[in-house]
Amino acid sequence: MNEQAKERMGQEVLARVVREHAGRLAASLVSLLGDFSAAEDLVQDAVETALRRWPVEGVPDRPDAWLFTVARRRGLDVLRRESNYRAKLAQLTWPEPAARDDRLRLIFTCCHPALSRTAQIALTLRVVCGLSAAQIAAAFVVPETTVAQRITRAKRKVGEAGIPYRIPPDEELPERLNEVLAVIYLLFNEGYLSSTPERAQARDLVEDAEWLAALLANLMPKEPEAAGLLALIRLHRARGAARFDAQGRLVLLADQDRSLWDRQAIEEATALLMRAARAHRRPGPYQLQAAIVACHAEAGSFADTDWAQILVLYDMLVHLAPSPVTRLHRAIAVRYAQGPEAALAELKDLGRALERYPLFHATRAELLRDLGRREEARRADERALELTANPAQQALLEERISWG
Amino acid sequence: MKYVLMFVETEEFAKELEAMGELEQEAAYEAVGRWFAEHADKITHHVHLHPMHTATTVRLDGAEPVVTDGPFVEGKEVVSGFAEVEVADLDEALKVARSWPACPIVEIRPAS
Repeated sequence: MNEQAKERMGQEVLARVVREHAGRLAASLVSLLGDFSAAEDLVQDAVETALRRWPVEGVPDRPDAWLFTVARRRGLDVLRRESNYRAKLAQLTWPEPAARDDRLRLIFTCCHPALSRTAQIALTLRVVCGLSAAQIAAAFVVPETTVAQRITRAKRKVGEAGIPYRIPPDEELPERLNEVLAVIYLLFNEGYLSSTPERAQARDLVEDAEWLAALLANLMPKEPEAAGLLALIRLHRARGAARFDAQGRLVLLADQDRSLWDRQAIEEATALLMRAARAHRRPGPYQLQAAIVACHAEAGSFADTDWAQILVLYDMLVHLAPSPVTRLHRAIAVRYAQGPEAALAELKDLGRALERYPLFHATRAELLRDLGRREEARRADERALELTANPAQQALLEERISWG
Repeated sequence: MKYVLMFVETEEFAKELEAMGELEQEAAYEAVGRWFAEHADKITHHVHLHPMHTATTVRLDGAEPVVTDGPFVEGKEVVSGFAEVEVADLDEALKVARSWPACPIVEIRPAS
């Protein structure tokens, strides 16, 4: 292994270790200190020390205990004058992993609806996943100072507005869970659709989203939507290798090399989804989306796709979570189940809501082309091209327009 | 913690209230009365403000104070009253605010 590879490997190990332990460390510190901001600073400090020293000294045998000791020592140091904290810190012991997991409280606090969505995302990545402001900034392609400000403002609001550090009571749980799921889904989408060319970094966001979804599904086994979101992310990841060609261009589902799909991951995700659906019988938007992706993933070829089943799932999804974008995707299923004419009719009253949405125009173009209306199709493709900033989508549309 | 719940009226809400029949209006006021009674143990203070045409605003950000007629917001939403509540945290304040039966917007602000 050359030096560069060794270093890259080291960074990956560090990232994994930090992600696994930072959340639990933050959670135990918050519950003992009752001070979100102080705990968060201690964790960051310990993580930064680790990132400085581990590459030189090697990762310790028990990285969790190491991080914990550094945070505790640093806490004693910083808070020396505050006897209240000192007494609490002195009692602090690393909690048994079997004890009920405080990370759940931490996630719910970070995703409190009284915080803006950008603050929820920044806080979750920083506190639960242990990412630095620089890493978050790189993933979202915003200046680091912006991320740092968001985090500072969010922490201040948690303290000053009296956002409680706890799991919400049962009756509020479903509503609050949606907030958490939405944040994880957004992270995944940002990484997966990636509106920026820096795809390598964007992929890290997909990993973080998958990790968070797995954590949540594990901590809340009675919530089928948590399992649904995890299955959805895993199913997309399982097909990741076939989504881009060697030149980095987006490959449409119909043209993808299905032998590149990770069959085992698809089977596992599908089994997870089935278990959740059978045990709880509470379908929700994430389970339904995952079920649709599963239909595609299980088809041996594009021609074998069970469009009738997909259409049924879309009907349920539109009923549960009506949105113009969902109706657009449903129209694509109508194209294959009932033909382009029926699909085009479905798009008729979506034009106003989706006027600025590139996929709307690209879909319309395909349907018009199916019907032999080439000139209208070209105009729709051109409109889609005007609206998208994604280089992979741009390349695809340009190719289509030049073929006429 | 102490919070102030600010009840914000919209033009649309005022129109709807005006368009109601007498019985409907009475029921709407009764719902507000019930809400205050239900949360009486948490409400330390509450005031209903007079309509916005009675407001006077003083702007202090110029060289001299400028007194103008009307409420300070130039939009169509107006604070029409407030209640001060003493509750454990923001979640409890949100719970109280969620059951508010009248105008459509409630702003929650910590106070001391």
